[in-house]
Amino acid sequence: MSDANTQAVEKYRNNFLKEVSERVEEGDWVKMCMQCGVCSGSCPLGSAWAHPPQEIFMMIRAGKREEVLTSDSMWMCTSCYNCIVRCPRKLPITHIMHGLANYAHRLGLAPKNQPTRVLGTLFWNNAIQNGRINELKFSLALYFKDGFSQGIKNALAMKDAGLGLLKAKRLNPFEIFGGHGCKGKKGIHAMLKKAQEIEARRKNFTA
Amino acid sequence: MAETKLAAYICQGCGLGERLDTAELAKVAQKEGKVPLVKEHEFLCNAAGVQMIRDDITNEGVTHVVIGACSRRAKTEAFGFTDVAVSRANLREGVIWTQPDTVEAREKTQEMAADYIRMGCAEVKKMVLPTGNPNAATNMKMLVVGGGISGMTAALEASKAGYKVVIVEKSPQLGGWMAQLYKRVPSHSPYSDPVDTGVEELAAAVQGDANIKVYLNAITSKTSGAPGKFVVEITPESAAAITEEVGAIVQATGFTPYDANNLPELGYGKSKNVVDQAGLEALAKAANGGVIKRPSDGGEVKSVVFVQCAGQRDDTGKHLPYCSGNCCNTSIKQAMYFKDANPDIDTVVIFDDLRTPGNGEDFYRSAQQKGVTFTKGKVSTVDATGNTCKVNFHDLILGDENAAIVDADLVVLATGQVANSGVDTEARLRAEAASLAGDDALLTALDAQESQEGKKISILNLTYRQGPDLPQLKYGFNDSHFICFPYETRRTGIYAAGPVRRPMDIAQAVEDATGAAMKAIQAMENAAVGSAAHPRSGDLSYPSFRMEGCTQCKRCTVECPFGAIDEDEKRYPLFNESRCRRCGTCMGACPVRVISFENYSVDTVGSQIKAVEVPDEFSEKLRILILACENDAYPALDMAAMNKQLYSSFVRIIPVRCLGSVNTIWITDALNNGYDGVMMMGCKHGDDYQCHFVKGSELANYRMSKVDDTLKGMGLEPERVQTFEAAITDIERLPRLINEYAAKIEEIGMSPFKGF
Repeated sequence: MSDANTQAVEKYRNNFLKEVSERVEEGDWVKMCMQCGVCSGSCPLGSAWAHPPQEIFMMIRAGKREEVLTSDSMWMCTSCYNCIVRCPRKLPITHIMHGLANYAHRLGLAPKNQPTRVLGTLFWNNAIQNGRINELKFSLALYFKDGFSQGIKNALAMKDAGLGLLKAKRLNPFEIFGGHGCKGKKGIHAMLKKAQEIEARRKNFTA
Repeated sequence: MAETKLAAYICQGCGLGERLDTAELAKVAQKEGKVPLVKEHEFLCNAAGVQMIRDDITNEGVTHVVIGACSRRAKTEAFGFTDVAVSRANLREGVIWTQPDTVEAREKTQEMAADYIRMGCAEVKKMVLPTGNPNAATNMKMLVVGGGISGMTAALEASKAGYKVVIVEKSPQLGGWMAQLYKRVPSHSPYSDPVDTGVEELAAAVQGDANIKVYLNAITSKTSGAPGKFVVEITPESAAAITEEVGAIVQATGFTPYDANNLPELGYGKSKNVVDQAGLEALAKAANGGVIKRPSDGGEVKSVVFVQCAGQRDDTGKHLPYCSGNCCNTSIKQAMYFKDANPDIDTVVIFDDLRTPGNGEDFYRSAQQKGVTFTKGKVSTVDATGNTCKVNFHDLILGDENAAIVDADLVVLATGQVANSGVDTEARLRAEAASLAGDDALLTALDAQESQEGKKISILNLTYRQGPDLPQLKYGFNDSHFICFPYETRRTGIYAAGPVRRPMDIAQAVEDATGAAMKAIQAMENAAVGSAAHPRSGDLSYPSFRMEGCTQCKRCTVECPFGAIDEDEKRYPLFNESRCRRCGTCMGACPVRVISFENYSVDTVGSQIKAVEVPDEFSEKLRILILACENDAYPALDMAAMNKQLYSSFVRIIPVRCLGSVNTIWITDALNNGYDGVMMMGCKHGDDYQCHFVKGSELANYRMSKVDDTLKGMGLEPERVQTFEAAITDIERLPRLINEYAAKIEEIGMSPFKGF
């Protein structure tokens, strides 16, 4: 269990609703849910979720912290925004789902091999490193996330697409050697650091 | 009154002139209708046309007028002559608008119109201009029984309108339940916080109102009379009775919370920390803005659980089956008592369906903002351990049957409202009827109840033959016609307001009481001029009884839905004009036909039936009589005509005040005269009745079920007489029904009674 999680448990005890309200992006809205179920009914992937949004909100109120934060349900959201459009109480459900996923990830409770989480992590790490996305490295990292031999298999399966991109000059094989960066990388890193500080302060994350 | 002089006027406007031979119709009126003065006019309802009629009334001494134009429901102002008897022959909606405008149809259309003219002439001859109730009384004081929010509001509203009021309150002070509340649900924007009840100011306003006389610690021990002249005996505790004469009565006796002792499984009675909503108000009032204490030990309340629908909306038959409609808002309000004092107090409302009528939705949202938790679930049991309770519930969203809140310091049960009505005057009748039908459950339950708690006490103690209190609907609430006439009870001049009528909150009770006060005023004013209260407000006719023919069968006294007919010492019907709603149910009931109205009688309708020219059996023309309720079926037919819905030219329609006023002699007469069929169109009856006179259509249906035997005796097919339920919205259905029925009669064949 991560330190951040231990601290959170310590701080909020069994008031998970309060924790979500203070620490999750748009989490303050959870208390406004009136359990009509329109979000769950509107979700095109609703049947693929272990817990559709209505249920997630109810679980938060019922204090089912562990179950919510380790769930992969909120990672299933594809940001189609159907739920937001239809919610009679105007809850920003999509944002709450992303907020919950992010919070679970931050606490180290999100399911480790959740594909959306892995993709997100790789993308984000790749992007901050050089201040821009190195597409070649990003795709390779994704291919090889489950080990070398699986990576080879993935690469072979995608070889036609890769060659096509190469021919169309959309893919530069030399990017593998470092790749091109952007101006003021330092500034970007400083900016992101500052943003994280502000967020931590605003959401009561203890250092 | 002067000598009877008849006149008939036939309009040519609205296409009547083009579609019909009005000169021919005038001839029919003159020769067959024996009307000496007949005129045609190209546009009868315009100023010149009306003036023509008016001049004839003044100059020629016309006393009875037949107007052959549009439906009696149209142009009521233009043709609203109050000094002559008027009959309307419906040539527009009843004839040309429902018949095809073709050469082939012309003959039948003309026949139809001629019949309506004959009918109008026949009817008007039997009519007498109504003169109003000769026993009218003019007492304009209002009695309000009950001094709660409903009663006080009714009294103040009546006083503001300039009427004197007497309030009788059984407890030592005014205020009722509202005085027991710490705060109330807000009635004004922004609907976000509980507000002061303002009950003291209201009670002071009542006490200080020169128009209002208040009797505290008193009951209404005897009530007799009728609108405009009720005599009420008021008995204060340990004092002699006082008599007050009043014109109308508003019963605002409120409710009692459903007894939480019936809910031991929810911990009531087992733990002091389980209270009902009234119990919580008492705790909040005692705390008076301070911390609400745990009853068991005075400890701090950190967690409170509200259990909605405790003993309500129950389908097991053990508790209240209905929703009281106010408890969700009340629990929301009470949860705010805690949240407003300390946001860290856990407040959970466990609901099945959260129902927040009126502006309660905003109030609900406000509670969510304040952090009140709403959990959709059904509470199964509450266990008490020491100073806390464990609330076990089925979480309906998570599907968890064993969900629980373990450390509730306080549990509040939303138990709902039971009407404070008096004796159920019809319970025994209903139970006995059910028992006869083979279901003894009601009667057994009633006997058990009576032996257990003794006879329920009466509230109004009416000296009516029909029983001491207002008739009740299902579940003990007082009402007459829920949709069309709220507040009105089946006892004219007596109105129910507030939660005695149906469960409600303060805001609704205020509106209700205002409405009831207005209706009571209407009743007094109408009674004073000798006219009907409602729904035929302003109707000056009333039934008269030809006592020498009466056989004392008592059908009129039993069947009158409004208790207008008592019995005198010789057991003859004793009629109370101002209690009468003029529905004519008594007239329909009377087997010897001694009851009649001046302008609506067995004779006026019977003459119309006989005036129709019934073609012989070789003509291939059917004649079907339709008796249509003037409140729903007849307007629906008019509207169908406006939409140009066509129907068979074989029907002749007569509007009746209520199907309850239909006397079976009309059916027999029609069949004897060679009609091939009779259709009756009345309102829906039964538990969810729509009859404006409550019982009229039901009684008609019952009577008509007996007609079958008569038909068989006459050797006729029972299909020839049929009763249909019709609503005012049946605009498309009724013409279809008529056509289907006509086709069916055609199939059965002509009546064998033609030409006798």
